[in-house]
Formats: sequence, C-alpha cells, structure tokens
Amino acid sequence: MSAFLRSTAAIIWKDIKTEWRTRENLSAMLVFSLLVILIFNFALELDLRARESLAGGVLWAAFIFAGTIGLNRSMAVEKDRGCLDGLLLAPVDRSAIFVGKAVGNLLFMLVVEAIVLPVFSFLYGISVFQPGFLAVVLLGSIGYSAVGTLLAAMVVQTRTRDILLPILLFPLTLPVVISAVKASQGFIQALPLGDVSVWVNILIAYDLIFLAVAIMVFDYILEE
Amino acid sequence: MITVKKLVKRFGPITVLRELDFDVNSGEFVALLGPNGAGKTTLLRILSSLMRPTSGTVQVASCNLPSQGASLRAKLGIVSHQPLLYGDLTAAENLEFFSKLYSVKTKRIAEILDLVGLYPRRDDLVRTFSRGMQQRLAIGRAILHDPSLLLLDEPHTGLDQAAGEILDRILQDVALEGRTVVMTSHDLVRSAGLASRLVLLSKGKISNSLSTVDLEPADLIDFYKTGLEGGRS
Repeated sequence: MSAFLRSTAAIIWKDIKTEWRTRENLSAMLVFSLLVILIFNFALELDLRARESLAGGVLWAAFIFAGTIGLNRSMAVEKDRGCLDGLLLAPVDRSAIFVGKAVGNLLFMLVVEAIVLPVFSFLYGISVFQPGFLAVVLLGSIGYSAVGTLLAAMVVQTRTRDILLPILLFPLTLPVVISAVKASQGFIQALPLGDVSVWVNILIAYDLIFLAVAIMVFDYILEE
Repeated sequence: MITVKKLVKRFGPITVLRELDFDVNSGEFVALLGPNGAGKTTLLRILSSLMRPTSGTVQVASCNLPSQGASLRAKLGIVSHQPLLYGDLTAAENLEFFSKLYSVKTKRIAEILDLVGLYPRRDDLVRTFSRGMQQRLAIGRAILHDPSLLLLDEPHTGLDQAAGEILDRILQDVALEGRTVVMTSHDLVRSAGLASRLVLLSKGKISNSLSTVDLEPADLIDFYKTGLEGGRS
C-alpha cells in the first residue's frame, strides 16, 4: 500500500474508532436531523401537496445542518490536545490528511442519512429507495463533506469557529445544496430523467472541482 | 544540526524574533531558557516547520526551511506542553496510529511503551492517564520513528516532582542515544542538570549561552541575570 493510502486509511480508522467509543458526533447529528424532519412533518401535516413539493428541501436542510455539526466537531477533536500539530508534523502528504478527514466526515454523514432516510420515507409517505435518488444523496454529501472539511480546517484555529464555519460554508455550498434539492425533488416527483440530469451534472462537476481545489490548497490553509 | 541566521518573525505589528542567530551541533542537548513572551515557542515552531519565518535563513538537519519542511519531518520528533495524543484512543492505539503515519513497524510500539514505562497500561485510554503519564507517552510518540532531532517545548509543565523526575530520566536516556535535543524551559536548575548547554532568549534575541560542564550554582544566577540585562539593552 502506498504511503498516501496508508496515511489516509490510518486517519479514517482513527476517526471511526474514536467516534465508536464516544458516539458524540453521530448522536448529535442524528438527533438534530431527525428533529428537523419531525418538526417539518408536523408543520406540513395538513397540506399534502406542499408536503410533496417541499420534501427534498426538508431532507437536505436536515442533512446539511447535521453535517455542519459533524464538520465542526471533527476538526475540534484535532485541535484539542494539539493533535492537529501531531498530524502536520508527520512526514505524510498533507492532502492525505484532507482526504482522510473528508472521507471520515462523509462516512458519518452517510451513516446519519442511512438512518434518517427510512424514517423520512415512513413519515412523508415518499419512496426514496431508488438508485437515482440515492446517487443524488451520495453526490451531495461528497460535495458538502469536501468543502466542509476544507473550511473546517481553515477556521479551526479561530476562537469563533462554531459561528464562522456555517457563515463561510453555506454560501460556498449553495450550488451543491440547490442542485441536490432540485435533483431530489425531481426524483420524488418522478420527473423525466432529462429534467433531473442537469442538476445531477452540476453536482458531479461541483464535486470534481471542489475536491481538486481542496486537495491543492489544503497544505497552504493549514500553515500558520 | 541547526543553523539559524538573522531570523525575524513578526505577527502583524509585533516582532517576536529579532535577527536571531542560533546554532546547535549534532548530539548536543540545548536548553532554551527565557521569560514568558521571549519567543521560545515561536522559535521551536519555526524549527519544526510548523511556522514560516518572516525573514532570515533556517537550516535544520540539512533541510532549508520552510521549503524543505516535508523532508525534515521524518527526522524530527516534537514534544509540546500539549500531549499531541488522542484521549479516546488507548496508548497502544495512539502509537499504532502514528506508526502508520511514520511508516514504522508495529513491533517498535511495544519497545517504546516499555521504554516510557507504560507497557502495563497500553490498553487504557489516554484520557484516563495522569499528566505525567501523558507526557511520557508523548515522548514515546516523538521518538517512535527514531528521529535524529528532538524538540521539547516546556515538557515539564504541569508535572509534579515525581513525574518530573521520571520524565528527566527518560529524556536523559533519549539524549544518550546520540540525538540532538533542544528543550525550552523555565526551570533553570532542572535544565542545567539535563542539558549540555544553556541558551537564554530575551526580547527575541539570544542574549547569553553557557556550557553546563563544571557549572556552579552562582554561575547559573549570573548567566540568567546577565542575559536578561543584555536582552533589555
């Protein structure tokens, strides 16, 4: 195994192991996202048409807010006890640190989504278990985790990181959120694939561009 | 091993290091002393490639910084007043994690745990360790990849007398293996007992330097006072 892959795997393994022990991140993300879909479920209870047309937005609101909690916590763990310095002092390509942290964040987001989606499907009476819809969830989560990990690393040195991260993250991820909502909505309303594909293409392009940019600039972002 | 010339570090309008010149030979154990705010930690962070200098030349273990920071990191171990360890991993898991980052064989983990006296506690979470045990494990992490240079930033901070003595013994063992060690400290007497040379940093400059061979207690006080007065001028 190359040094890059070994380092990336080690960081992912470490994040999963610490999360398995504490369950702090996942439980907070899960409770938050379940609460969001539950509150909207009651708010939209009487209006079935509005419910169907807003379902995609509700779902992504739950995912991105939960994701932000996870991103903040993921980097805060590295800052505590100076662990981030420990990582930066290791003789590894710093993009391996980014990929390891981003994949860890993505995995936690996917675990939360895997639990939230069946609950959402049950509460809203909408079948979300279709390949196209699940691909949109995956693509949206990849884009959000990639940009979120980059920005979380950028703000982790600041005192106001909890406030600063959403302020920077939400505008920058607007294209991915809008595309994910539109594409999800398209699949929920069973629109023709031609109508949905434009949003899916934007998601793919956003993921590729921001993954490449994040890998290139991560080293500079971490320098004091 | 370390050559620093005319090093300047500014944080906005504040100048922390002022055209500092500093040399350390291979195998030396240098204690960097000085009052709070003298620039000890900043100097160590620049030497470890964690921080860029504003100007000046820095060469560490034949690597020019900051351009060759990546090459330096494999030759360098660092112990900070923070442990740089994950509290929710066990001692063995922490070393296993860093062994993968440093491409070190896993059998080295048991050797290191034995060296720092934590083998019986290898499966305990680091957050359950006392401050002294965490610092011992931090030294273990720092020497896991057998670095030729060890940088220690106030490693005795927060340790009681007994824990400090255990740490001293480990540091002496580590230094005896031929490593170059640079340690920042506020403890003049302890530093004189450990290091081969004392260097005083005051107001961002090296203001005094003294070998610890045949050192008398009165020399220590004189070294510190003279150095501080020199730094103020």
